[in-house]
Amino acid sequence: MLSGMESFNENKGSNKSTLGYNYISILYCANNGELKSITPPDFLQDLNIDQVMDVILKDKGEYNLEPVFWNTLQDRNCIYYRQEIFKDLENTYIMEHIKNFVHDMKLIRDYLEMVKHLDIDYNKKGWILEAILIYTSSILSLTKNLSTAIPKSRGLSNVLRYLIYYTQSPKFLSLKTEAEILKKELSQIKYCIIFEGGRFKVKPYEGEEDYTEELKKIFEKFRHVETKDYHKLVEKHIGMNHISGKILEFVAKLHPQTFARLDEFYINYKDFMDQNIQRFDRELQFYLGYLDYISNIKDKGLSFCYPRLTTKDKEIFVRGGFDLALAYAHSNDQVPIVLNDFSLKGPERMIIVTGPNQGGKTTFARMFGQLHYLASLGCPVPGREALLFLFDNIFTHFEKREEISNLRGKLEDDIYRIYNMLSSATPKSIFLLNEIFSSTTVQDAIFLSKEIIHRIINLDALGVFVTFLDELASISDKTISMVALIDPEDPTSRTFKIVRQAPNGLAYALSLARKHGLTYEQIMERIP
Amino acid sequence: MIALSLLFPDKDPKPIKIHLPPHANILAQDLGLDVLLKAMALGDDFLYQVAQHTLMSLQTDISTIIFRQDVLQDCINNPGIIKELYQISMKFLEQKRKGWLWISHTHASPSFILSDGRRLLDVSLALLWELREISQKNINNFTSQGLKRFFSTILRELSHEYLNEFKYHIKKLSFPQGVLVSAQLGKGNEGINYTLLKPREESRGWFKHILFSKTPTYTYKLHPRDEAGARILSELRNQGLTRAANIVAQAAEYLDNFFNTLRWELGFYIGCLNLYEQLKKIDACISFPRPLPKDEFTFSCKGLYDISLALIKNKRVIGNNISPHNSSLIIITGPNQGGKTTFLRSVGLAHLMMQSGMFVPAVSFCSNLVTGVFTHFKQQEDRDMEMGKFKEELQRMSTIVDQISQNGLILFNESFASTNEREGSEVSIQIIRALLQKKIKVFYVTHMYELAHYFYKTRDYNPLFLRAQRLPNGERTYRLIQGEPLRTSYGIDIFRKIFKRKLLNDLVCN
Repeated sequence: MLSGMESFNENKGSNKSTLGYNYISILYCANNGELKSITPPDFLQDLNIDQVMDVILKDKGEYNLEPVFWNTLQDRNCIYYRQEIFKDLENTYIMEHIKNFVHDMKLIRDYLEMVKHLDIDYNKKGWILEAILIYTSSILSLTKNLSTAIPKSRGLSNVLRYLIYYTQSPKFLSLKTEAEILKKELSQIKYCIIFEGGRFKVKPYEGEEDYTEELKKIFEKFRHVETKDYHKLVEKHIGMNHISGKILEFVAKLHPQTFARLDEFYINYKDFMDQNIQRFDRELQFYLGYLDYISNIKDKGLSFCYPRLTTKDKEIFVRGGFDLALAYAHSNDQVPIVLNDFSLKGPERMIIVTGPNQGGKTTFARMFGQLHYLASLGCPVPGREALLFLFDNIFTHFEKREEISNLRGKLEDDIYRIYNMLSSATPKSIFLLNEIFSSTTVQDAIFLSKEIIHRIINLDALGVFVTFLDELASISDKTISMVALIDPEDPTSRTFKIVRQAPNGLAYALSLARKHGLTYEQIMERIP
Repeated sequence: MIALSLLFPDKDPKPIKIHLPPHANILAQDLGLDVLLKAMALGDDFLYQVAQHTLMSLQTDISTIIFRQDVLQDCINNPGIIKELYQISMKFLEQKRKGWLWISHTHASPSFILSDGRRLLDVSLALLWELREISQKNINNFTSQGLKRFFSTILRELSHEYLNEFKYHIKKLSFPQGVLVSAQLGKGNEGINYTLLKPREESRGWFKHILFSKTPTYTYKLHPRDEAGARILSELRNQGLTRAANIVAQAAEYLDNFFNTLRWELGFYIGCLNLYEQLKKIDACISFPRPLPKDEFTFSCKGLYDISLALIKNKRVIGNNISPHNSSLIIITGPNQGGKTTFLRSVGLAHLMMQSGMFVPAVSFCSNLVTGVFTHFKQQEDRDMEMGKFKEELQRMSTIVDQISQNGLILFNESFASTNEREGSEVSIQIIRALLQKKIKVFYVTHMYELAHYFYKTRDYNPLFLRAQRLPNGERTYRLIQGEPLRTSYGIDIFRKIFKRKLLNDLVCN
């Protein structure tokens, strides 16, 4: 058959059978599910989002989820649509059953993939039957449990309505009943094989006695406590060759009616997977991946929240924000995570961050970008409370202090890059500039930085400017000064704060030691 | 069943592969351990691993250390026999590899497991006989508790009767007379629950029963030239033997484990012998150290040298003499390239070697046992520019504080010098005082005069002060002498040496 014709028929069929449930999506609220960007945006790496994605998408290659991360949403309604689903999934009862469903779907795909490589007809059909058994029971149990839980999100409610419709359809019901009857008949068959030199026989089982028990006693002496149980290992699927195929053929001859039913069943149901169910499974991976990722961090006592988003004014704030990738990297150790607040009021647009080298300035800038990026994906963001801006693009320039052979050439490149950013930026853009010009002279750096800051605030864009130059901290009423600081008054505090205040140039060695738990008293406590 | 421990005085077999401590990489790098391990391994990855694990898992029980020292002395006296024993475990491995035995269990069918298991038992049997012969011939040449017990256990457990019985069962397991099994249909209609039923010799009735009953029976006869089919058929026959295969597989794994343990334990002593022979060639001295209980703080050495340095240079190197001192703080100051780092390394390596039961690179060495060796060395370069250098040092220190426990040993090499001297000293002093309070032994190489001077002035913890020797003409001896910290270091000497000309303003520098 022509493949074009096939897919045409399939579409038509699904339109008819789903009665208006044409397209169920939990990622896109409107019918504009198409994705604009087919390449990752430039800022992902500077924000360390690439690290986050690597972890989330590990072992999820088959779902092709990268584009979901590459395309930030521009519509608040769509963002809240996803936020609602995230909230539903924080319900442990819903989550548990969603996870079971996703696990089953993966197993089904594994079975179907395996079937492609099998040679023996009844072997294939047997595995299709297994896949169908998992499919029907998994979908039924999901439907039942979602109905009990009553999801609040628009997305999952749509899915539930569809599931109820689907599981009551005659096609699904007969699929389930026939599969179960067939499986029962097949598993009741018991037979004997007699192996002789050069030939074998197959006959019905007639009550012969077990010999293995006798054998066991002989080797009892060799038993070793820690050895593996090979019995379990070898029961895994190993495929069939022409000899075991022959045996199966003989068994089929001993039970002709049962196997005729299997043939019929296969013809009727071999394409049993529903398209909406498959899409639901794929889209869930985005939510599960992200929630899985942040659960390690939550276990450390850190909070996530659902940000509100503003599109017009730029009065944004966050409380208790932190760097997602950093928090993940330290989710299994004792290293404390910096929590930071920021807030912009009235005309304020740009945060100038100064302070000591080890103060977490870069982390702060990165966090600012991450919060906005994650919010635009509809994800819960690292922090207790947040109001963020719905941006159109993020421009980053993070200084990489590598060996520089040609200083002049590098400076020229940097300025050229920032020029390009400014040319394509809009008032809805965000700038994150981290220690740029640190490799040039101080006078040059001050001059260039001022020029650039003024251009960004004239554009009315938002931004964070990290610098070692205290002189930049108060150059406009559109900029605010934040300083990487620790509180020497409070020895128990082990986190750097980036706080809103004028820059100061204190030395920090002992405070740093305290932060790392390395004062005399702290070490005395720490070593048992 | 049969415990042959050559590493521990008690008979309970210990797991042969312990995990390396979390700081193993840093420690190895700072101490230059790799050179030592390579000398022990002589290119053999397995020996490298054994040496690495044994050196990294410090023994804190004096009787275990003495037990190993005695075994090692026996090995040095009879290297040929030890190597012969080691060869037996190697032969097992070789046979296993050659026969493609026991490669992957997860995808193997029961028939493979049964036949592989049987063949592995067969190979084992021959080697067990060999092991027995060597034991019988040589048991009287050895004096250590460990090796005497080793040989007598073999002679007792692997008796003639036992080995013959072993042989009989291997034969029986080839089921030469055909096999009757029952089965059911599992997932994918693949046969499951294969159960071996009573074979012909056990109940003669069933064969006749089939011939004369009306039970429907289908027969498949292979074409005589269908070799592939015949092979599959013989495998299928064994498939009925899943549970039997399981029993054999477990027995085979036990023996695999037995020979691997043998190889691991002997591997450690083979590594020591390799090292011994190399040191003998360059006429470098070794001795068995004298370990003291954890709380008896002591340190003394005569001719203690950096064994890795000696191995690299392939000649004897200068050692240090430190007369007995019972402080747990040793502060080392003095000019650059005066042998301070080398000394720190030699102390760290000597502890690892002593506490694995080895000899040490010294004429004599005596120290209390420690629960762990830690290093905090100046890093060559800032590995992550995001992190300030000083912060990075603090982080490493904090990690050490998480891992170290009472009676540990820590070696500092120019730590906390990445901030200014006053602050660096203050941070260091607090850290050192807390560590000493926790009975941790501290060796601290530093240029920070304020730090050294603080302990010199206060005499807290009665520290021992060592200084890299520098002769009046500026020449270094690479030896440490006892002496108070001086205000200047001698970086300028190195500058001179490298630039090979006098500075224009020589006077200013002096």
